[in-house]
This record gives sequence, structure tokens and C-alpha cells, in this order.
Amino acid sequence: MSEAIVTEAGEPARGDHDHGDHGTLTGISNNKLLMWVFLGSECLLFGGLISAYLINRSRFHTGPAPGDIFDIPFTSVSSFVLLMSSLTMVLALSALQRGDIRNNRIWLLTTALLGSLFIGGQVYEFTSFLREGLGYTTSPFSSAFFTLTGFHGIHVSVGIVMLMSLAISSYRGTLTQKNSETVEIVGLYWHFVDVVWIFIFTVIYLVPSPTS
Amino acid sequence: MSEPVAELTSGGGAALPLGVYSRPKGGGGWRDWVTTVDHKKIGILYGGAALFFFGIGGFEALLIRLQLATPNGTVVGADLYNQLYTMHGVTMVFLVIMPLAAAFANYLLPLQIGARDVAFPRLNAMSFWLFLAGGLFLNFSWLVGDAPDGGWFAYAPNTGVTFSPGHGMDFYAIGLQIAGIASLVSAMNLIVTVLNMRAPGMTLFKMPVFTWMILVVQFLLLFAIPVITVALFLLLFDRNFGANFFNPEMGADPLLWQHLFWIFGHPEVYVLILPSFGIVSEVIPTFSRKPLFGYEFMVFSGIAIGFMGWGVWAHHMFVSGIGPISIGAFTLSTMFIAVPTGVKILNWLATMWGGKIRLTASMLFATGVVSMFTIGGLSGVTHAVSPADTQQTDTYYIVAHFHYVIFGGALLGFFSGFYFWWPKVFGHRLGETLGKWNFWLMIVGFNMTFGPMHILGLNGMSRRIDTYSPGFGFEFWNLFATVGAFVIAFGVLCFAMNVILSARRARGLPPEPPDPWDARSLEWFTPNPTPVHNFDEIVEVSSLDEFWHRKWTTDENGRVVRRATAAEVCQTGDADDVHLPSPSYWPVVVAAGLPLVGFGLLYNLWICVPGTILVLIGVYAWVFEPPDDPDGPFGGGHGDEGHGDEGHGETEESASDESAPQEEAASVE
Amino acid sequence: MSTDTAAVTHTEHEHPSDAKYVQIAILLAALTAAEVSTYFVDIGPILIPALLVMMVVKFFYVAAWFMHLKFDSILFRRFFVAGLILATVVYCIALTAFEFWSKG
Repeated sequence: MSEAIVTEAGEPARGDHDHGDHGTLTGISNNKLLMWVFLGSECLLFGGLISAYLINRSRFHTGPAPGDIFDIPFTSVSSFVLLMSSLTMVLALSALQRGDIRNNRIWLLTTALLGSLFIGGQVYEFTSFLREGLGYTTSPFSSAFFTLTGFHGIHVSVGIVMLMSLAISSYRGTLTQKNSETVEIVGLYWHFVDVVWIFIFTVIYLVPSPTS
Repeated sequence: MSEPVAELTSGGGAALPLGVYSRPKGGGGWRDWVTTVDHKKIGILYGGAALFFFGIGGFEALLIRLQLATPNGTVVGADLYNQLYTMHGVTMVFLVIMPLAAAFANYLLPLQIGARDVAFPRLNAMSFWLFLAGGLFLNFSWLVGDAPDGGWFAYAPNTGVTFSPGHGMDFYAIGLQIAGIASLVSAMNLIVTVLNMRAPGMTLFKMPVFTWMILVVQFLLLFAIPVITVALFLLLFDRNFGANFFNPEMGADPLLWQHLFWIFGHPEVYVLILPSFGIVSEVIPTFSRKPLFGYEFMVFSGIAIGFMGWGVWAHHMFVSGIGPISIGAFTLSTMFIAVPTGVKILNWLATMWGGKIRLTASMLFATGVVSMFTIGGLSGVTHAVSPADTQQTDTYYIVAHFHYVIFGGALLGFFSGFYFWWPKVFGHRLGETLGKWNFWLMIVGFNMTFGPMHILGLNGMSRRIDTYSPGFGFEFWNLFATVGAFVIAFGVLCFAMNVILSARRARGLPPEPPDPWDARSLEWFTPNPTPVHNFDEIVEVSSLDEFWHRKWTTDENGRVVRRATAAEVCQTGDADDVHLPSPSYWPVVVAAGLPLVGFGLLYNLWICVPGTILVLIGVYAWVFEPPDDPDGPFGGGHGDEGHGDEGHGETEESASDESAPQEEAASVE
Repeated sequence: MSTDTAAVTHTEHEHPSDAKYVQIAILLAALTAAEVSTYFVDIGPILIPALLVMMVVKFFYVAAWFMHLKFDSILFRRFFVAGLILATVVYCIALTAFEFWSKG
């Protein structure tokens, strides 16, 4: 591989010291690379959970079957909400990259709000399933369904906490144009969670499920 | 561990509302070690902890062998026996071999690529403390008399509450989960380190083979750990929250566990063996005084093993009823994976061929790896053949096979590494005489113990039975194997004595002069032991085996002639203007929180509360921690504050990583 | 693996304009609407292929534009694609072993 050390002109801190704390060899930020490496790993996590769901989706024992219980119109709305939160997330980043701190803050909070709406929808979905007789222990299908969507929900919740933390540091004046990479990294996480939901929405909800 | 942690949190937590924290200055003694972010110290901690667990796992092995020495053994009961072999396996795989690899990787990888530290020093520290927390949590199960008893691969539904009603399998699931997070964080950290932190001129194909193999291993861990994370969560939910993933009564298919476990488990096998391959690939060229034969082949076969390791998992499941097509496919893929492994063996032999071989203790262990691993690899090929495997599976033949691979391949490699790099780490050599005793006792004892198991297995002795009746022809070889196990123990004792005696002998003497072995890679540019800042100045790399090429050249007749002495080439280690990342309290605080959450899940959910609080405090304090050098270019407004996340284990690293620019800042002047 | 990581195309983030992001979001919304409409309108045997194609397109657009994979270093793409492909292949093999495709 052919490589020169890329020292980014924009980042004076790196690579210009005689005893050689070289900046990053690839010119890529360590943090961003770490997040991408992590997301690569997360693919296998969600892949495992989704597979565990798929092989169990027709095993609903005596409980409700997925085809009977899913409320597609409702889930479509909450999926749409999460999808749009990706737009607001990227707008938040774009604002901060322009140095527009006010809009950045607004979009961050909007993203967190949309995420919370999604979580609220999930809580509603879970409770209505419970009312209809689908508990966590009802069947292999129910365990797998709640585990998969629950893990996704926890990921979204963690994302909301990160977004709120960003918003707080923005109010404290510490989130400025030069740390836009932090927003970008949180954004990567957020989009990833969204992308996982795109997959789940299609494969778990829209592809016809077994009925009893 | 618990006391210093409590002390730290009370001190650090109090400062939380202000949002200003100071970083520890060190101050000598245990504080240095608890708060360290130095990859070398963390490497030593990994090594020490792994050897501690090695003692425990070895003791368990001896008890197993004592029980089996005679028919109708009465040393331990069946229940305790189940716990012993389970914990022996879990300990040796997850708490000995993996952390030993982490020890060598942590210490050597930054040095071999010419870096001052890893990319994320605090995450690195957290990885170690998490591993230790997971290991202690697992072994805590002995103290409550309820150790895991479902075998190291914990097949469902045997591990469900019906058949394992105690807390043992919960300790297994949670302990491995914590250790798994440690491995995952460490893998991400080292991948970024290798890609981003290499010295100028060090292209990927100028990296030493050890670094390459560690990189491959980190990729395997990166993608394999989440799979076992899923499996362990499912098991935990089944056992504790009444989920039905592995419950056949509800129509579930317990085979799911086997698939998930082995999708992780087979890459894991290569996680165990490849670091040792890397070590051997450094040791053999040095002591043969020849460059490694077929460097590119070595690297590519390592990568190929890494890739193919993903497509062979079901060969662990040939008798589980997965169907003829699956069996056929996995038989084929398993046979193919023998090819790159064979390439490596041939390359080591070709490296030694015609070389000026010096049979130091290190080299003896390396040749031990080559020969013993070959035996293990060949018996492995015999159970790639699925019809033969149907006879061999769950017998002592399998036990023999994987001990030849893991003991004969992995562990002997680490011993080779100990003897090779001891002067680099501690500034003095290990004694050669005791070292040779160590080697010969271990290799003889090893073959006495595990060689006969081939015969026992083919004669039909099942693994995991706690005893056997006389008259099956098992008596002699079992007794023989038990004697062998104690010979191994004496070999290990020689190593322990060697460590103590050589340290005592070296006391008061000047440290080992640079380059004791006429070695080849970058770490030997530094004096012995490695100074805290690693390199006085970062080496510009122009070739593979850079260090060797600075010492030697060829004259016009093609003969190798010395161009410079090691003392001329090596750095002196007296640079005093290098800024290093400051120590930090928070990695150990975060790591201390997770076992508490684990205990909470087992005994009383309220215990989760302090655990979670500890993790939250740790993560937020971590993020808000100032870079150590306020005048540095990244100092002042360290702007990346402001997001931690909840301490639910899984995605923790996604938060902690964001704090890292400070660390870079810290390591940049 | 990453053989040529350093051919750095660090294009100093010539990120698309906000208008472009909104356009993509509209496209994503339209696709979602099309996906959901399959629940109400029977489109026969092409249902599952159609759903999967739309899913992949959505997935691609979010990853390429919102996650900037289209513009950022190729190294990031490699990590993500490696994880995706590995997960897909490995888990599809596992599902095959469970006879998922024939039995559902």
C-alpha cells in the first residue's frame, strides 16, 4: 500500500513535532474510525437477533401469531417518525458545520424528540400486545420479538441520551463548529439505528408473517 | 479490587456537580497501576492476571486428572466434577489464552508499529479492568459453591433452569458477557491503532507478522463477539425472565444455541491460535538468523484463515442432526481451511531450513508449537471427515485434539514469547537452564497427558464422564495421563521459579543491553526495559525487519556483514520532553460497575442500582475529564464533552469512544 | 482487508446542501409509503422481492447520504460493508441450516 503521512492542514495539532507523535497515518480521525468499526460489529449483533426472531416467528405456541397481532398502520407511522429523525440529525450536523449553533441545537432537540416519539410508540405497541395476550414468556415468537425490538429500543434510547447531552453542552457553549465531528459521530450511530429499523420494519413487519 | 474503587469513587464522584475533574498524577505504588493508561503496564497487568487464572485453571485440571486416575474415582463428586471441567475450559479459553494474547498485543503491538501508545489509552485500560471484573465474577461462583456446570460451550437446553437450577450458568452468561465487552472494546481499539498509528513508512506489508496476526484476531473478535453476546443474552433471558428461545416444550429449537455459539466459537478458535502463530513467526526467524520464509504467504494465509474461519462452524455439530447437505458443505469447507494452516507450518520449516539455529528456550518452545500444532492439526483433519467425526465426537479423542491445538499450539507459543520478550519487558533475561527444564518437562508431560487420550477416545471413553468402571481398558492410559499432568505442573513450577530467581539474580545489575537476541522488529530499537515513552524519536521505516537491516547488510559477494552494532542502532531512552496521556481513574470505575449489575441480576435487582450509578458516573466523568495538558494544542476547550450513555453494557463503548480526542491531544505535545 | 487505506480521499467534507438532504428524505418517505401500500393492495408474488428491493434502496440512501459513506473515506465503507456482508452470509447460512426458507 502506498501511503504518505497525511497531515491535515486544518488540524495543526497533529504530526508536526520533531519527536514524532505522528497524527493518524491514514488521515482519518481515530474517533470516527472507531465508530465505524463499532457499527460494523453491531451488524453482527442485530443480525443474530433478527435471525433468532426469524426462526422463531412461526413458533407462537398457543399465543397470538405475528400475522394476527401486528398493527401495520401504527408501526408505519412510528417507522416514518424514526426515518425523518435521520433527516433532522443530518440537518443538525450540517448546521453546526456551517457554524450555525442555534439551528444545530434546534435540530438536535427535534431529533431527540422524534426519537422519543418512536420510543413512545414502541411502549404503546408493547402494552397493547400485552393486553392482547402476548407477554414476553408467551411463546418463542414473543420472546424473540420483544428481545429484538427491545434491543433496538435500547439503542434508540441511548442515542436520545447522547443527543440530549450534546444539546446540553451546546447550551453551555461548548459545542461549536470545531467539534462538529462529535455531532457527526453521534449522527452515525443514530443513522445506523435508523437503518436497522428500516430492515426490521420490512423483514419483521411488512413481509407477511404467519397467522394462526 | 473493591476497596480502592470505593475510595476512588467517593473522591471523584463528589466533584461531579462542578464538572471539573483533575486527572491523577500517579504517585507510585498501586495507584500507578490502577490508574495507568500506559499500554505497557496494561500489557503486564493482562499477563499477570492471565497467569493468576492459569494457576486456577491448572489446579482445576489437576483435580480432574486425579479424579480420573483410577476407576470409580472418589476425589470429587459428579456435581463438583461438572463444575470443574466447565470452569477449567472457560478459564483456560477466556481467562488465560485470550488475555495472554492481549498481554502480548498490548505490550508489543504499539512498539512494533512504532507508536507511543494505542489510539485510545483509556479504553485500553477499561478493557483490562473489564476483563478482570468478568474473570473475578466468573470465579466468584466458586465462593458461593455454585460454579457453572454446563460445559464450556453450554449447550441448551441443558443450561436452562430445568437442568441447571443453580446460579452457575448465570455466572457463566454474565461473566463472559463482561469479558466479551472487554475483548470487543480492545479489538476496536487495536484495529484503529494499527490502521492509524503506524510509524512513517510502515506500510501494512512492512508490519511484523505478529502485528498482522493480532490484527486478524481483532477483526475476528470484532465480528464474533457480538454473536456470542446475542447467545448469552438469550440464555440469560431464558433463565431469568422466562423467555423461550431454547425451550423445546414451547416449540423452540435449542439448536439455535449451538449455531450461535459456534458461529462465535470457531472464529474464536483462531482467536486463540493466531497470536501464537504470530509469536512463533517472530521467534523462528530471529533464532534461525534468516528472514521469515514467504512473508506474504504468511500474512495472506493468516488472513485466509480469518476469512474461512467463518464458514466452518457447523463441523462442531455434525451429530446434532443438521442434515446431509449442511454436513457435506461444512466437511468441505473445514478441509479447505487446513490448507492455509499447512502453508504456515511449511513456511516455518523452510525458515529454519539451512538457518543458523540457536536452540534457546524461546526457540525450543517455538519448535514445540510447530510440531505439536501439526499433530493437533492432523487430528483436526480427521474429524473434518464427518463419518469419522461421528465416532470421535464427545470422546477423549476430541479432548486430545483441542489440547494439542490450544496447549501445544497456543500456550507453548506464549511461553516462547515469554522467554523472547522478557528482557524487553523487565530488563533481564529468564534463565536458560531452568527455561530448558521448563520446556522439556512441559512437552514431555503434555504428550504423556494428551497423547493417550487419542487412544482412550477411539476406545470409546466419553469426555465429561466423572468416572468409569474398571474393565474397559481405560485404567492404564488414564493413570498415565494423570502422571503426565503432574509433569506439566512441574514444568510450570520451573517457569515460576525461573521468574523469581532471574528477577532476584538481576537485582542490582544493570539492565540487559539492547538487542539480546539479534532481533528484527521495531520494538528492539528501544532500550531494555522499554522506557515509559517508548521511542525517543519515532523510527522512519523503509523495509520489513527494519531493525535488522540497520544492523546488517550484504557485501558484494552477497554475504551478510555487520553495518552497525546494536548499541549504535538502538535508542538510549533518555528523551525527557515526550508528553504522554495522563492516567485516569474512570476506566476502573466503569469496569467495577458492571459486575455489580451482574450480581443484581442474580440476587437482588437493587444491587443493580449502585452498579449502574457507578457506570454512569464513570462514563460521564470520563467524558468530562480534562486533557492533562491545558496548554497543548488540543487543550483548553476540550469540546467533545457531553455524551455518555447509560451503562447498559452493550453499547457502552459507543459513548466512551467519543471522549477520545482528548487522549490524542494528551499524547501530542 | 484494507489494503489501500491511505489513498485518502478526505475531501474536506463537501457535504451536500440541506436541500439535497430534504430531497432524499422525500424519496425515503415516498418509498416508505410505497412499502406500506403493499399492506393494503395485493401485488401478488412480487410482494417480497419488491419489499426487499425498496428496503435495500432505503438502506443505501441513508448510509450513502446521511452517513456520508458516498463522500467519506473508503475505509469506513469497507468496515461497514464487511460487517453487513459477513452478517448476511453467515446468518443466511444459519437460517438455511434451520430450513427457514422452505418452512418459514
